[in-house]
Formats: sequence, structure tokens, C-alpha cells
Amino acid sequence: MSSTIIDGPAGLVEVEEGVKIIPGANAIVTSLDKVVNWSRESSLWPMTFGLACCAIEMMTTGASHYDLDRFGIIFRASPRQADCLIIAGTVTKKMAPVVRRVFDQMPEPRYVIAMGSCACSGNIYDTYSTVLGCDKFLPVDVYIPGCPPRPEAFMDGLIKLQEKIRGEHMKWGAWR
Amino acid sequence: MEPKEIAERIKESFPAEVREVTDFAGQTSVIVGKDSIKAILRFLHDTPELYFDYLADLCGVDYLGKKEPRFEVVYNLYSIRHRHFIRIRAKVPADDCGIESAVDIWAGANWHERECFDLFGITFKGHPDMRRILMPEDWEGHPLRKDYPLKSDLGLMEWRGYTDLLKTVEKNSQYEVR
Repeated sequence: MSSTIIDGPAGLVEVEEGVKIIPGANAIVTSLDKVVNWSRESSLWPMTFGLACCAIEMMTTGASHYDLDRFGIIFRASPRQADCLIIAGTVTKKMAPVVRRVFDQMPEPRYVIAMGSCACSGNIYDTYSTVLGCDKFLPVDVYIPGCPPRPEAFMDGLIKLQEKIRGEHMKWGAWR
Repeated sequence: MEPKEIAERIKESFPAEVREVTDFAGQTSVIVGKDSIKAILRFLHDTPELYFDYLADLCGVDYLGKKEPRFEVVYNLYSIRHRHFIRIRAKVPADDCGIESAVDIWAGANWHERECFDLFGITFKGHPDMRRILMPEDWEGHPLRKDYPLKSDLGLMEWRGYTDLLKTVEKNSQYEVR
């Protein structure tokens, strides 16, 4: 029986940069980087963890009006199930070891967002009890300024983190 | 009863203890020595016409370089029955930095006195549980004293728990996934 190859290399159609489909075969050809990064950025689960007034703004953003669920961002109550730690508020020296322990309990890949001026730099609280920026003891990925940041600014920070995840390369598998 | 009348009553009952009565913006303070503070507070609490049943606040003040003796413990009292206020300020010298506890008069003084001890280092004799309340229990020094460092960098005085954390983070940073 003679047959013709309908899905040769010439038949691949590029639908967006780096993603090709095979018409009629219900198949996608792309890199593993792209699939992994896409799934990570689309289900970014932050740890439910608030320290001060920024946490109120974080809760507002998570609630129905601003609705973080539409980005696939769902707060998780356990660090074991979380991908992202949002430092929402002033970090005191007494709280710093606790914050670090929460971070240490999170599995890789994990990200840190410093939300608000206090988490970024300590804000006006250059006092005996305050840590001047949580980057003193955490690897921060995104800094969001504001006192507190409006929900729009906070969402912008989360989208920045999603963009960062989208640009990652070979950050998967046991060999990494 | 008017605050000035209350101040007069205290003066009558404890003539040797009352140092001064000040009046500012309708608020009257009675400045007393620390030795009979318990008797004065007990008198204010137990006398039926005064009946100060509510300790609104208890706090410390450091007058380093401004006044002698250095410290004051301030009692803001209110009577819910008679609706009158008075403020008692007890002088506490730096070399004998302690005063009698008011916990058995007002149970609410418990945490206030612990806070005052934590931040000013004023001890309260007869307090059932004289521990720090806000700062970590192994913190050194009393941060609201005027001779305590103001800024975040405490240098060699830094709390051990925080310096240990920074050391651990530094040591473990080689294992971070980048």
C-alpha cells in the first residue's frame, strides 16, 4: 500500500516562538525548558505568611476583587507545598530565624518576593530590633517597593516573577 | 472628684512621700518617691471615695542627663465607678533600679511591669514572673534606655540569635541552587 508522509518536517507549523504543532496529528514540538517553565509560572503557590500591614494588602490582592487565582496563584498553608515565599512586612531580628526556617522547609524550586519597603530595605525602621531588608538572610528574586504596595503593584511583582521563571534555562531534573 | 482634690488627698495621707504636684493641660501628676509606692497605690485602690479600680497604663521613662533620679515609673489610674483620673509618677534612681510590684493590687500590671523591665531594666519586687516579654529571652541590654544604640547595627552588642543566623546563611550559601 502506498502512503504519503503528511507530517514531514516541512509540515511543522510554528504557533509561537519555540512552539510548533504538527497539523492533524494533535502534537506539539517544543523544548522541555518551555514546558517546565510554563507549568511553574502558571501554578505559583505562595506560602500563607504575613508579618505586618503588607499582609493585609496581600490578603486583599488574594481575595475576590483583585483575584490572584486567575494567575494560578493559590496560597498554601504549608511551606512543603509552597513554591514562593512572600515577605509581607517588617522583619524583626527576633522573627528572622523563623522566616529563614520557613524558607528552608520549602522544596526547590523556590522563590522569594520582598513585598514592601520594610522587606526591601527596612524602611524607616533603622532601629535595634529591625533587619534592614530580608535579603540579609534570604535570596530575594523580586523587590516590590511601596508602603504598602497597592494590589496593582503587588500583582506586577508577581508577574515579574512569572517572567523570570519563563526565562529560566535547564532548571529541572536531578542533574540541573 | 477633680484630679487636684485627689492630689490633695494623697498629700494629706502621705506628706513625706509627695515631692511635687504638677498640672498640665488638665492632667494632674503626683510625683512621689518610690519607697512607699505600694502603700500609695493601695490607698488609691482601697479608699471608697477614690476607688481607682483600673490601671489604664504603667510605663517607664528614662530622663538620662535631664533629671535626677534617672528613671520614673508612671501609673495612669482611672476609677470606673467615679470616672476620675490621676497620674502617679514614682522616681527610681539608676543605682537602685527597682520598685515594688503592683500586681497584687491590679493583676493587669503583670505584663506592663514585664515590658517596663524588658525595655528599661527596672525590676519590680514581688512580681510573680519577672521575665522579658517582647525581646528574645537571651537579649542583652534594655533597648529603650537613652544610652542604648539607636540604629539597627548594634555591632558587638548584636543579639546572638541573629548573628548565628547570618553565619549559618553565609555557610550554607554554597549549596544554594542558582
